[in-house]
Amino acid sequence: MWRSHELKKRYDVVIIGGGAHGLACAYYLAEEHGITDVAILEKSYIGAGGSGRNTAIVRSNYLTPEGVRFYDESVKLYEQLSDDLNFNVMFSQRGHLTLAHTDGGVNTMRRRAEVNQIEGVDSRLIWPDEIKRLCPYLDVSDHPRYPILAALYHPPGGIIRHDAVVWGYAHQADVRGAHIHQNTEVTGIKVKKGKVTGVETTRGRIKTGTVLNATAGWASTITTMVDIKLPLTTIPLQACVTEPLKPFLDVVVVSGSLHVYISQTDRGELVMGASVDPFSSYSMAGSLTFLEGIAGHVLELFPALSNVRILRQWAGICEMPPDYSPIMGFTPVNGFLIDVGWGTYGFKASPIAGKTLAELIATDKTPDLIAPFRLSRFEENDLVGEKGAASVGH
Amino acid sequence: MLLLTCPNCGNRNVSEFRFGGELSSRPKDPSALSSTEWANYLYMRNNVMDAQTEWWHHNAGCGLWFLAERHTRTNEVIKTYPYAKRNA
Repeated sequence: MWRSHELKKRYDVVIIGGGAHGLACAYYLAEEHGITDVAILEKSYIGAGGSGRNTAIVRSNYLTPEGVRFYDESVKLYEQLSDDLNFNVMFSQRGHLTLAHTDGGVNTMRRRAEVNQIEGVDSRLIWPDEIKRLCPYLDVSDHPRYPILAALYHPPGGIIRHDAVVWGYAHQADVRGAHIHQNTEVTGIKVKKGKVTGVETTRGRIKTGTVLNATAGWASTITTMVDIKLPLTTIPLQACVTEPLKPFLDVVVVSGSLHVYISQTDRGELVMGASVDPFSSYSMAGSLTFLEGIAGHVLELFPALSNVRILRQWAGICEMPPDYSPIMGFTPVNGFLIDVGWGTYGFKASPIAGKTLAELIATDKTPDLIAPFRLSRFEENDLVGEKGAASVGH
Repeated sequence: MLLLTCPNCGNRNVSEFRFGGELSSRPKDPSALSSTEWANYLYMRNNVMDAQTEWWHHNAGCGLWFLAERHTRTNEVIKTYPYAKRNA
């Protein structure tokens, strides 16, 4: 699938982080801009971080016009990704339901539906009778503590095989000449007169003029090497998977009020994720508190699952920015670029993040699509408030 | 991390507490700050993967806001103490 290489002394571009974002960027650099002298430095194995720990949901029904446009380009790239990479990424556009349990929730969904439709995204508000038709096992009665009042229905949303996305991008980046270096941790970044000149790793030094920090989750630990602070707090997010069941759930169901999202994989397992943990940490240990919480909430939605057993649970780490939008592009250090702040919504943006950052690296200009996500927005007081659509549990 | 030591109440389940973020220093004269300095205070964080001094609130207990030193990779709590004793 991809080869191992000796670390060269010099690369045109060094990408720190071998997740879906970094690998996608390497692929689009080669495919669209002919830049192939690229190293991807991964401290562990590729896809070991958020790319392999998310719940594999892809959607574009966001709240801000900037967010909707950006994530919708990602959905379009995902739709053709199996062909582009000649690798089956198993994208299943089965429909995505975001439930509203309160009047405030219904208002937010209505607003999202309006913004989505103006931006050309298939998204609308539906009521319990239609929800019941789409998802017969969901309890839409008025018995639960938080009855379901409505849902935002987003037919193009769905799930994908996240490992396949990582492997597909890695393979095609490798074929085009990029060097993927696993077990290679960055220990320092050389800056001379405000410009990046090299990277120090556990396997030796590299000279380069362009470094992309694509280490979402750990981005602060890299960016601190060039004395830049980021507006990020790293918090774990836990998820779990049940034993396999016969297929009964062919939509993705999300409830912000109940802090849960749930989908059924092709193997029949239910994948369930929660909101972020109650305190910041880089630890990926799981907790019983999470399991108890999510089990209770899932049973509110699907009472029939009361005898289903959990197979395993895990955690990934999410760096949360104050406005729930990513931070992409230039920094005060010349040649040091960032693709960070991916909070709980990074995986679904992998293709478009890789593609736009490849364009930025090749042209030295910020593409319009990601201009709203620049680092300087914080001192310019121009935040992109995406909290109402980017996370559960607010 | 399952237990946290409240300076008033002793060892309590962590679910009794609310996390308040890393300790930062408040600007002495906010009106004199530039936009960049104000954004730095409001938004920018060290977010270390190391020992971190941070705020906790015993919101289901005595109500005290206090400081903890905790390692953010292992969640090991090194010590907890009232804000007034931060330089002791």
